[in-house]
Amino acid sequence: MSQATQTTQTPPATPKPLLEVRELGKSYRRYRNELMRVASWFSPVKPLDETWILRDINFDVAQGEAVGIVGQNGAGKSTLLKMITGTLRPTEGYIRTHGRVAAILELGMGFNGELTGRQNVLHSAGLMGFTHAQVDGAMADIEAFAEIGDYFDKPMRVYSSGMQMRVAFSVATAFRPEILIVDEALSVGDAYFQHKSFDRIREFQRQGTSLLIVSHDKAAIQSLCDRAILLEQGRVLEDGLPQDIMDYYNALIAKKENDRVEITPLDSGQIQTRSGSGEATVKQISLHAANGNALDVVDVGQAVELRITVAIHTNLPELVVGYKLKDRVGQDVFGTNTWHTHQIEKQLTAGEVLTYRMRFNANLGPGSYSVSLSLHSSDTHLIHNYQWVDHALVFQMVNMEKDFFLGSSWVMPAIECERHVATSSEPNESV
Amino acid sequence: MLESLKGAWRYRQFIATSIRHELVTRFARSRIGGAWMIIHPLSMVLIYALILSAVLSAKLPGIESQYAYAIYLTAGMLGWSLFSEILNRCLGVFIENANLMKKLVFPKIALPVIITGSCLINNLALFVVILVVFAVLGHFTPSTLPWVIVLTGITVLLALGLGLMLGILNVFIRDIGQLMPIVLQFLFWFTPVVYPAEIVPASLQKLIAFNPLFHLVGAYHDVLAYGQAPSLTALAALTVLGAGLVLISALLFRKASPEMVDAL
Repeated sequence: MSQATQTTQTPPATPKPLLEVRELGKSYRRYRNELMRVASWFSPVKPLDETWILRDINFDVAQGEAVGIVGQNGAGKSTLLKMITGTLRPTEGYIRTHGRVAAILELGMGFNGELTGRQNVLHSAGLMGFTHAQVDGAMADIEAFAEIGDYFDKPMRVYSSGMQMRVAFSVATAFRPEILIVDEALSVGDAYFQHKSFDRIREFQRQGTSLLIVSHDKAAIQSLCDRAILLEQGRVLEDGLPQDIMDYYNALIAKKENDRVEITPLDSGQIQTRSGSGEATVKQISLHAANGNALDVVDVGQAVELRITVAIHTNLPELVVGYKLKDRVGQDVFGTNTWHTHQIEKQLTAGEVLTYRMRFNANLGPGSYSVSLSLHSSDTHLIHNYQWVDHALVFQMVNMEKDFFLGSSWVMPAIECERHVATSSEPNESV
Repeated sequence: MLESLKGAWRYRQFIATSIRHELVTRFARSRIGGAWMIIHPLSMVLIYALILSAVLSAKLPGIESQYAYAIYLTAGMLGWSLFSEILNRCLGVFIENANLMKKLVFPKIALPVIITGSCLINNLALFVVILVVFAVLGHFTPSTLPWVIVLTGITVLLALGLGLMLGILNVFIRDIGQLMPIVLQFLFWFTPVVYPAEIVPASLQKLIAFNPLFHLVGAYHDVLAYGQAPSLTALAALTVLGAGLVLISALLFRKASPEMVDAL
């Protein structure tokens, strides 16, 4: 089907892009009634109005390139991807692809619970346009990759959702496509399989597959992509290096979320997680790099500064500031306060403003973390709680330079290994 | 048209497994499995043959059997059930497969092909049962049996042509999906399936002749009940009509498809 340049395994010397998007636009037309729409296929009937979801989209994706598609909800990301996959037709412009496009957006389409994994694989691969013989050739690999053992020949209704995802991912990636669309947030079961899946995606990329990665997760875009495209209200706002794009994107979001960062006193619309008597309040909280730039994506091990500005509204005998880092699921990662560090501020007067700079190395694992703050009078916030703010700040940890590791803490060991021949009197201790 | 047929051929694997899975899931976890495929039409035919014949033992001119009415009825049923099953399923085919169409790219022609395949299998089961019951009842018309193949082809053509046209429009105007079962009911009673064509008053005979299904079911009656060759003019007209409807559907699909997924 593809008369395209199937330059598999050759180094990406081919300048020809695998994907060309030109003047692409998609609009939805509204008609007085649906009969008018039907009439419009055969005669020039004017629609009531036309809403453009995407317009003037131009970009190329080269062989082996990983491009992140970033944008807020409703920016047009999924419309764009659907047009690249081919399920939606462009209203204007065109998309030219060289080779097969596959999407890992929603896995397990068309799976049937009464059928075995093997039967579903056959069907699913058929839906991708492969013949029985081709699927048979790949079946052993699919089965091996899914690693679900005997379950492969049992009806899918007895599978756990994780097993289903494993089979679904294995079929979806059984044949290397030229262009692969990946939803980074897609959960393919447990962490182990998640890594296995991303390894496979990376392997495809090495062999020349271009990746289009859609994500809300800034960390993922920065660590996975060579390039990013920022969509905003159906247009390409920026196309460039992930770091630059993410800065731009963050600025865009910050505008929206400003009131969350800048906490003003006497705020009538207070969030529930904020509590306290209010004698002292947090004016501002932000995270900065060593050079002072504001951050919300932090590299593992990076030196950062948590800057907290506190306003005093009435004279107070003493003030303790505490903060706590929590991971994505709300587990405490680290917490301390200025009582423990023996830095209690005494005799504060109304109108005073205090700026705290908490400097630490972010030796945290990749993922999203939030900062909770408390202002109180002694060692715990239970006595004279001036203010308590949950999720005062959210930031992303991303592993850009370090070797791969698991977990929420970066406690890198220095690994040593001694090898020696086991003496005959001593049994071999290796497991 | 040719392009889409090629697409269907490329996706033959998907079409084959879809049809098989439809059957497998229908009978999955039932003890006697595929036997139900025979039992359902068999019970229907038996009810007509035994009960209705006992109650309405009226002899029909041209059939030498006390089961004449039952034979007449089942012969017409074979054609009607194929037509209405394909039509009904085509009506909802795009809406029911909305998820698939929104997420995956495949030649859409595969969908009606799957419907046709699975309806033909059902119809074959019914046909086999009818032949067995007819043989038991001592009614046998071997010379005209091959005509059934031709009639099946024409029925599929008509049902697909009309069904797809309505199925495409149904994506945009959902009232069609609600309206069609009612229309189909009317059509059923305006077609001589459960009553002999002769009892229709002469004044209505002209009107009923405009119903293509009158001729289609009539041909089934000729072949299976009366043991005579069907009217060639009627078959030719039905074929032209069916082919015309299929072409219109294809054209409509070409026009509608850019907006189809938007509306699903």
